[in-house]
This record gives sequence, C-alpha cells and structure tokens, in this order.
Amino acid sequence: MIRATVLVRPKPGILDPQGEAVQGSLTQLGFAVDAARVGRVVDLELRKGHPQEARAELERMCEQLLANPLIESYEIEVREDA
Amino acid sequence: MTERAPRIAVITFPGSNDDGDAALALAALGAEAVAVWHAEGELPDVQAVVLPGGFSYGDYLRAGALARFAPVMTAVRAFAAGGGLVLGICNGFQVLCEAGLLPGALRPNESLDFVCRDVALTVERADTAFTSRCADQQPLTIPVKHGEGCFFADPDLLAELEAANQIVLRYEGESPNGSVARIAGIVDAEGNVLGLMPHPEHAVDPLTGSTDGALILGSLIDAARERVATAAAV
Repeated sequence: MIRATVLVRPKPGILDPQGEAVQGSLTQLGFAVDAARVGRVVDLELRKGHPQEARAELERMCEQLLANPLIESYEIEVREDA
Repeated sequence: MTERAPRIAVITFPGSNDDGDAALALAALGAEAVAVWHAEGELPDVQAVVLPGGFSYGDYLRAGALARFAPVMTAVRAFAAGGGLVLGICNGFQVLCEAGLLPGALRPNESLDFVCRDVALTVERADTAFTSRCADQQPLTIPVKHGEGCFFADPDLLAELEAANQIVLRYEGESPNGSVARIAGIVDAEGNVLGLMPHPEHAVDPLTGSTDGALILGSLIDAARERVATAAAV
C-alpha cells in the first residue's frame, strides 16, 4: 500500500484571516509569534501502483480537487509501506 | 397571444438551502421555476438555470468544490457553453468559480465573521442579461449572508476582469467580506454566466425590506422570456 500526505497551503500573498486569528490568539497567550498561516492536511491511502505513478496521480488529484491552484499551493509526500 | 412563462431551473444540491426562496421569487416575478435535483444527468427544457445559495456538500474541502462534480453540473456546463443563461447566487457563485465557469475564487471573509445584513451595491453594467432592468451606476440594496464571500483574483486576473468589463456589481463603501476591488458579482467573458454573493431572491417583497433583488431576477426573466419568443419564432 502507498500512503501519501498532501499539504495544502494558502499561497504567499493570499490573505489568510484564519492564520491571522491564530497568530493573534497565540500572542494573547504570551507566545512570541510573528506570523501564522493555516492550511489543510489530506492523508491518503492508495490501493496500488508504483510510487512514481502515485505521485503523478496525486498531482492530478491536487490540480483537480484537493487544492485550488489559484489560491493554494500544495506539497505531496509519498511513503511506501512494506 | 398567450405568452408562455419562461422556465428557469433551480438546482438543488445536498445542502442547498435557498433553492426554495429562489423558486418562490422567480414564480412571484412571472417565471416558472423548475426544481432540478443535483443527481439529474440532464436539464429539462429551460431558458435559464439558477444555482442557489446554501452549503452544498457541507462546504467540505472548499465552498463549492464538491458540487462541481455533481452529475447535473455536466449539463449546466454544456448549457452555459451553448450560451445558456446561468445565475449563481452565493454558494452558486462559489460553485461556478470552482467549476471554472467563472474566473477567480471565493475565500473566507477577511473578518472571519459570517456576515448577514443588507448591503449597498452599485450596478457597474446595466447591459447584461442579469441587470437590464437596472440603470448604470444604480445603487441597490440587497442582503448578503455568507462566511466565504471574499472574491479573490490576482492582479493579472483583476486587470483582465476590469479590461473585459466583467465586473457587474460592486459593494458601495466598504466591502463586507474583503473582496478585491469591492467585487460583489462578475460575468464570464461571454456575458451569459453571472455569479454574485448578495441574495436577490431575499429582496423581492416589500414585507422583508428592499425589493431591489427583483431587478436582478426580473432582468433574468426578461432575457429568458426573449429566448422563449426566439425559440417559438424559429
């Protein structure tokens, strides 16, 4: 089985009010935080396939659904379970 | 001559909640609203389509992101490609952007607050099928109610939208959601698909305040009626 993790982030320069709220709250708690950005994690289990093919497929998943390329960037991590 | 009322489809996705009001408003203004379930593979014989407000598919992942894969959206896409009139209200606007039928994206409100109130708008273009009953620069009052209405376009796209005159409605004064260039509604390049965050269907009866929403929906009905007449003449 291939496990993959997709990290989706608001692109740099895109206003992230959630991140700003988190940063504000952390500051209120006394933490010295200058910036926070909030994204999304999608953990996936792929039924079959070669890690290389899986990566290409995951790219398509990100482009078509998991991320909105206009406002979000994404990172794909692929792990093969023994 | 007896004139047939224009037929306008109102799509219901799981989680849509303004489909009922949209149908009532259209009917009150003289159209025949035709309810269409998201699982339908085809559209009935209609002259326009409305994608209503709500929270299709629970707004999971991103607002509107999952609705675009509903079977009916293939038909809506084909309808729009053929020049058919499509109006997306609030969640419907989010669906149109995610489906690529309109450019841009809708992000969480700058304030993170869910905004539910009347807003002042300006009609930037009165020459569209959705604003023909308005005058250029006419002020309108129509309610918004959304958490993710912050229209985003990067500087290149914004310049394109401005140059192609695709911005139809702007918020007057401060944008309630932080949208770029105070954008409240845009049309596609061909002018037959409009998306807007305000809810015209909630502003058609004096009982609830403003009736300015009737200008938008009435314009759509006029355009739909013309298409009935054209079809009959062929």
